[in-house]
Amino acid sequence: MSADLHQIWVYLSANPLAGLTLTLVAYQIGVWVFEKLGRRPVLNPVLIAVILIAGTLGLSGIDYRTYFDGAQFVHFLLGPATVALAVPLYNQFQEVRRSALALVVALLVGSAASALSAVALVWICGGTKVTILSMAPKSVTSPIAMGVSEQIGGLPSLTAVFVIITGIVAASLGTWVLNLVRVKDWRARGFGMGVAAHGIGTARALQVNEVAGAFAGLGMGLNGLATALLLPTLYHLIWG
Amino acid sequence: MLGTLTLLLLCQLAGELAARLLHLPVPGPVLGMLLLFAGLLLRGGVPAAIQDTAGGLLRHLSLLFVPAGVGVMVHVTRLETEALPIVVALFGSTLFGIAVTAKLMAFLLSRSEPRLEEEPAAGNSAKGDRT
Repeated sequence: MSADLHQIWVYLSANPLAGLTLTLVAYQIGVWVFEKLGRRPVLNPVLIAVILIAGTLGLSGIDYRTYFDGAQFVHFLLGPATVALAVPLYNQFQEVRRSALALVVALLVGSAASALSAVALVWICGGTKVTILSMAPKSVTSPIAMGVSEQIGGLPSLTAVFVIITGIVAASLGTWVLNLVRVKDWRARGFGMGVAAHGIGTARALQVNEVAGAFAGLGMGLNGLATALLLPTLYHLIWG
Repeated sequence: MLGTLTLLLLCQLAGELAARLLHLPVPGPVLGMLLLFAGLLLRGGVPAAIQDTAGGLLRHLSLLFVPAGVGVMVHVTRLETEALPIVVALFGSTLFGIAVTAKLMAFLLSRSEPRLEEEPAAGNSAKGDRT
């Protein structure tokens, strides 16, 4: 009997089904906890899911690569999801055209402020070059950030971790910062969250206010584009 | 749904091919997004099927971050040895980025709002008569 169980365990732990199921179950638990405990920004479903999965893998001794063999089916959907961002971008096109100039200026300055302050802070505090390069694109949605990271010589998987922590920081403390600098315009508040903290910031802005959510989605899309276009170019100009 | 998924994958594939063939410094999915955006502009609207499938996919966008997020396991050593720069940079730059973007945007909007009608976005006025 126990030999049978052992055989089944060996089979399942090396099978994509286990990693895939674990991902979805952990995320569902994350969403459930988030909803039950009053949608507190700190209890981000992604954060909860990551902790649950990493804990499960650690306890059962399954390594990340084996887990990822299954979870890659979820991960793969980031590509099509990035393409799908064209739809909200198109839906908000009228609004974008109305405030085009303010959007473009705030986008370029905000995008540069996020990336350069991140790079500068790692450098000042004595981080390594790989960490600096992996940190640079962390404000944009992870498929783009990982692509850019790979192109400039960072570690895409490390960048993905930074991207997610960035989102969680913004979702937890963004409202506080926006109140601190006394920005009341919902368009501006949302746009700031989207530009600096991609999809997780956008999800948070949507919870607070619909207009903020729309502009956050826009900020996420535009900064994804700006970072993808400008950061590799900038990197090649500086480091050659 | 199947049609939209096929369209999304085709856009992504075209984007990947263009990025590699033309040696563009842009990830393939981003080019795919631009391609789909251009297609929607040409068509002058979003078909209901695309609206639904794209909405469904983006509603669960944060789920898609989970597998990459678990990658934190692989980087535990680096995160420990470089904990200070990483924590300072992530908190500092994220909150700084939000503040700068939002403050500047609010300032520019408040300046441009009173004379909104006088300043149509350059080059876009010709498309208005299609819709």
